Amino acid sequence: MDSNGVAETPADIRREIASLEKAKAEIDDRITALRVRLSSYGSVNGNEVANSSAPRTEETLLNGQLSPDMIYRYSRHLLLPSVGVEAQANLLKCSVLVIGAGGLGSPALLYLAACGIGRVGIVDHDVVELNNLHRQIIHTEAYIGRSKVESAAAACRAINSTVQIVEHREAFRTSNALEIVRKYDIVVDATDNVPSRYMISDCCVVLGKPLISGAALGLEGQLTVYNYKGGPCYRCLFPTPPPTTACQRCADSGVLGVVPGVIGCLQALEAIKVAGAVGEPLSGRMLLFDALSARIRVVKIRGRSPQCEACGENSKLTEEQFCNFNYETFTQSPLSTSPLKLHLLPSEARITSKEYNERIVKGEAHVLVDVRPAHHYKIISLPKSLNIPLASMEARLSEVSAALAREEGHKNNNSQSASLYVICRRGNDSQRAVQYLHKMGFASAKDIIGGLESWAHDVDPSFPTY
Amino acid sequence: MQLTLEFGGGLELLCDSVKIHNVNVEPQAEGKKLTMKHLLSWVRTNLIKERPEMFMKGDTVRPGVLVLVNDCDWELSGQLETVLEEKDIVVFISTLHGG
Repeated sequence: MDSNGVAETPADIRREIASLEKAKAEIDDRITALRVRLSSYGSVNGNEVANSSAPRTEETLLNGQLSPDMIYRYSRHLLLPSVGVEAQANLLKCSVLVIGAGGLGSPALLYLAACGIGRVGIVDHDVVELNNLHRQIIHTEAYIGRSKVESAAAACRAINSTVQIVEHREAFRTSNALEIVRKYDIVVDATDNVPSRYMISDCCVVLGKPLISGAALGLEGQLTVYNYKGGPCYRCLFPTPPPTTACQRCADSGVLGVVPGVIGCLQALEAIKVAGAVGEPLSGRMLLFDALSARIRVVKIRGRSPQCEACGENSKLTEEQFCNFNYETFTQSPLSTSPLKLHLLPSEARITSKEYNERIVKGEAHVLVDVRPAHHYKIISLPKSLNIPLASMEARLSEVSAALAREEGHKNNNSQSASLYVICRRGNDSQRAVQYLHKMGFASAKDIIGGLESWAHDVDPSFPTY
Repeated sequence: MQLTLEFGGGLELLCDSVKIHNVNVEPQAEGKKLTMKHLLSWVRTNLIKERPEMFMKGDTVRPGVLVLVNDCDWELSGQLETVLEEKDIVVFISTLHGG
């Protein structure tokens, strides 16, 4: 854009982006104000946004007939003998709530909006981040830093302006769950943690809503329909929560983007079957997807358990019990997916990344052991660090001793022995390693608080994070 | 007795990251039938290489593990008392929570 003949610099580009973004925000504000004015003419209220470009679903279903536009838009559904006008009309009258606008929610929402579900609700409290985009395909680069719900809603409206999209930009908690879920016919669980899964299942039991549950991690996915026509709920299958050590997160273990994509699409499919009253929804069965070996297996699972604490014969959960239930205590894990922060060591056995940097600058003789798994170490590491993954520490202790001896040999004029520092990604495994090293006689071992993330944050902003 | 054992949902990490194991397991005593209870202790001894507590709790699987005998939840076949037969396929799968 700069036509002065002066070479453009990154700073110029950033300035221009900032000024355009400001102008865009002003235009957005004006659109919002206009929509508010427009809504005073119509019947649209609450947090749903009026859409002037196309007729609303309710209007098009007058006398139970599809409008010409609807017939044209959904013609390929109408042509399917097993779907036809009846199932499409059921979809148009139905409402679906998708909890989580992430890897599972992205494709699920796109298909639910496209297929003409009358009202689609989206719950999420998170913002779009760059490392989401490889799998959360509903979001685009332009929305980085903005609400996932806002981003997903815009994408859904762009596909199908006749669908009513309701934005719930809040965390899903017992305090708001009943109020939100009550307004919908079907719930899609597209969350990523254990307490949310119990909470959503219980909420669906209390309010009698079918639940389309999907999960994905690494290269595997799972799918089933809970609480549908007398079928089991999540607690029937898993009355006791798993130990927290068995609960891996995508942010730690990784996930191939297309895997939640496949499961999210299947969630949309099951929601459409339940909403349209067609086919055999996946209730009492579970689909297991293994991406690496390209195998899908559908297994028969137990039915509703009479002893279930949520839906069992003698222990029907009430709304009040639900609101007072502490899901974080029950599962011993937090509802938000913020990483664990352990405090295993006394403060004298730890140093900050800034202090470590000062010691490097001073030229202190030391060995830095990086205890992350080898494939993490390959992504990025600090110079001269020695990679001994925590799992193999026991077998490789001699390497630590050898490195210390080598370091002391280099600085033989120094009477002090070399120090031993341990680092990992966030500062949890490094503490576990230091505990072990202390036990094995390396009394001076210290961990670097907050790991490589704190190094990137406090010492070297150009150091990559992942 | 020939059996196919499969581990998924992360449980394969406990047995050298191998998902499918074709094994030969004999009943506890001659003339006796092979039950899931015996198979579990056999798996724990012969296949699980690390963190056995991630696979079992007491004499059964830990919470969050589904056991499938020939693609059917073992709750429907008698759990620990399920009797196994030649060429049966037993799947151990840890429930996933990610999304």
